[in-house]
Amino acid sequence: MQKTVKQEMTALAGDQAVAYAVKQSDVDVVAAYPITPQTIIVEKFSEYVADGEVETEFVCVESEHSAMAASIAASATGARAFTATASAGLALMHEMLFVASGCRTPVVMAVANRALSAPLNIHGDHSDSMAQRDSGWIQLYAENSQEAYDSIIQAFRIAENLDVLLPVMVGLDGFTLSHTLENVETLPEEAVKEFVGVRKFPNVLTHNGKTAPFKLDPANPMTMGPIALQNYYFEFKRQQEEGMEHAVNVIQEVNNEYAKISGRSYGNGLVEKYCLEDAEVAAICLGSTAGTMKTVVDDLRQEGIKAGLLRLRTFRPLPVEEIRSALANVKALAVMDKCMSFGGNGGPVFHEFRHLFYDAAKRPYIVNYIYGLGGRDTSPRELRSIYETLQGILQTGCVEKPIQYLGLRG
Amino acid sequence: MTTQEWKFTAKDIAEKPDLFLAGHRACAGCGPATVFRMIMKATRGPTIVTEATGCMEVVSSIYPYTSWAVPWLHTAFETSASNASGIEAALKIMKKKGRLNHEHVDVIAFAGDGGTYDIGIQALSGAVERGHDFLFVLYDNEAYMNTGIQRSGGTPHGAATTTSPAGKSIPGKLEYKKPIADIMVAHNMPYVATASPYYWKDLMTKVRKGLEVEGPAFLHVFAPCPRGWRSDPAKSMEYSKLAVESCVFPVWESVNGHCQLSIPSKLISLAPQKKRPVDEYLKGQGRFRHIFKPQNKKLLVDVQRMTDARWECLLRKCGETPKTA
Ligand SMILES: Cc1ncc(C[n+]2csc(CCOP(=O)(O)OP(=O)(O)O)c2C)c(N)n1
Ligand code: SF4
Ligand SMILES: [Mg+2]
Repeated sequence: MQKTVKQEMTALAGDQAVAYAVKQSDVDVVAAYPITPQTIIVEKFSEYVADGEVETEFVCVESEHSAMAASIAASATGARAFTATASAGLALMHEMLFVASGCRTPVVMAVANRALSAPLNIHGDHSDSMAQRDSGWIQLYAENSQEAYDSIIQAFRIAENLDVLLPVMVGLDGFTLSHTLENVETLPEEAVKEFVGVRKFPNVLTHNGKTAPFKLDPANPMTMGPIALQNYYFEFKRQQEEGMEHAVNVIQEVNNEYAKISGRSYGNGLVEKYCLEDAEVAAICLGSTAGTMKTVVDDLRQEGIKAGLLRLRTFRPLPVEEIRSALANVKALAVMDKCMSFGGNGGPVFHEFRHLFYDAAKRPYIVNYIYGLGGRDTSPRELRSIYETLQGILQTGCVEKPIQYLGLRG
Repeated sequence: MTTQEWKFTAKDIAEKPDLFLAGHRACAGCGPATVFRMIMKATRGPTIVTEATGCMEVVSSIYPYTSWAVPWLHTAFETSASNASGIEAALKIMKKKGRLNHEHVDVIAFAGDGGTYDIGIQALSGAVERGHDFLFVLYDNEAYMNTGIQRSGGTPHGAATTTSPAGKSIPGKLEYKKPIADIMVAHNMPYVATASPYYWKDLMTKVRKGLEVEGPAFLHVFAPCPRGWRSDPAKSMEYSKLAVESCVFPVWESVNGHCQLSIPSKLISLAPQKKRPVDEYLKGQGRFRHIFKPQNKKLLVDVQRMTDARWECLLRKCGETPKTA
């Protein structure tokens, strides 16, 4: 392994880590609107701007809808664009998320994951970003502040990769990560700048028959965001899916390359396996829950129970092959959802896991655990009970309640 | 190039290549299409255009064709001004970082009345408050034409649209046209103007002024739609003239808050006998046909009353004393 660069250890909350990563990534335009628990990101970034520490145009827009529109437009003009939001803000952006991916603008966005109204709740769950599952964005979920920092830097490389050219959102759990101080190792600015590089553009055919970089440039007029009807729309959408397919490899490459300078990697970039080699019972989860879950697995292992954990770092594109091979020998699986899919017979992650095992050679028993909605705390004891349930299933050979609510009163 | 250097003579205009190209799918006699062509003729150099969803976006960008000889971006219906914010911010920082190949690039944001008065007003107000350097053009055909002639905040009092039909108990739109240009003046922005394509030189000069001004500029352009107005496609320019002469759509500009009538309207203020009654403008437009029925006489009187009241209010704002003919 190449020698890693010297890094600095700083105590940063997740939001601060994100703002710091953006500061270092040579971002041209930040257009954002405040919402708890993302506010620290915009506030911190505003300080960098006010102190002249960044060469970035900060557009303090009047809504998240405009934040996303301005980010798309800046990106279409050739700038590197970043925004951040949460909950209602992400919901307000909904229309524009599809435009960002459809226009192939590699915008990067941090989402400090938070519950959706009503009732109003400012705390962490995954309802906001799960509701944007099909918007054509790559979705990464960070386990801790360190990973939030690292993932933002990586996100620019993933989004701007010419075989991908899709927007990326990085989720960090509201409050649990966004507002909690942790030790974060940060790279020197030059190392980050070098890693992200200068944005590149694919050459495309313009209406007057020239090939030119894909951006709004008076030297090569290009019509972006046109109307495409029955005869072309479908092809546009299929091409977008190709970008997603390419992202499966690109995310892994970027994860590896980043490891070379930082010494840090997150599984293969798509999934992180924890004690899975010989695991019989395993859970899968996203985000910060994995931290607690790992200590639970450690305890169970001490007791001789073959427990494991799969952390899904990349939710979109769904790394189907990697998940299947990682869980090939698991006999009973608990899928954790910090989100509800009302009337949908289980949470969104559960749906995906069940579907990807449909045509697998061996199918584990699968149970869904819906937990932590609106920031409800989940204790190690509760998490441990999941594994106990899985063991019970192995003994009886029967899944009595496929959809369970963890930590729910009454 | 400044306004002074370019005189906007017929020769000048003929020599300048079109940037809004022929081949778009607008209806015959489409006022907005003429307006767009004139506006693009009046640009002064490298320009990026962004546009809201609406008739003009749809008719000009049907993939794989385009009517745009300049870089052009569409994202959504309500985002013309927020797009402009992003484009302008990107141009600014790219120039600072030496990544822009042009000394300066103008930004024009187009939107219809729906994209301006209604769904786009928040983004517009925000972009103007932030002071982005761009020209916002409202092409006002007074209804949501792209989706089939529904009423907007810009639809005039009495007009029949598909969501304000002239029925047995309600005679068309009851509400009055929102004074959008006044709302923009209230933003204390450097340049606000209204224009009508019949007075093409006035329109084009205002485009140039709007581009030259540093900071946001707002141009409200009258744009007859024969399809939606149920009017003769050959008469779009005639209605553009009558609207000004009847003071239904006076032309004026506000430079740094200083409001002034433009020549076509100034002439009427000087010679009030030239002011045409509103019925001369309304008649022939199918959307107002019901107004001329005996039972709707009050409505016609009301349209005249409101037109006069707004005209007098404008005269006062422009420091003119209202005179009666
Ligand atoms: C968010 C959203 N709501 C509704 C629509 C449907 N829609 C498209 S264009 C349009 C009306 C456009 O009216 P206007 O801005 O006046 O432009 P015109 O078509 O009259 O030129 C509407 C309602 C849309 N595209 N997006
Ligand atoms: S409907 Fe009206 S605005 Fe739309 S293209 Fe036809 S004439 Fe022009
Ligand atoms: Mg309209």
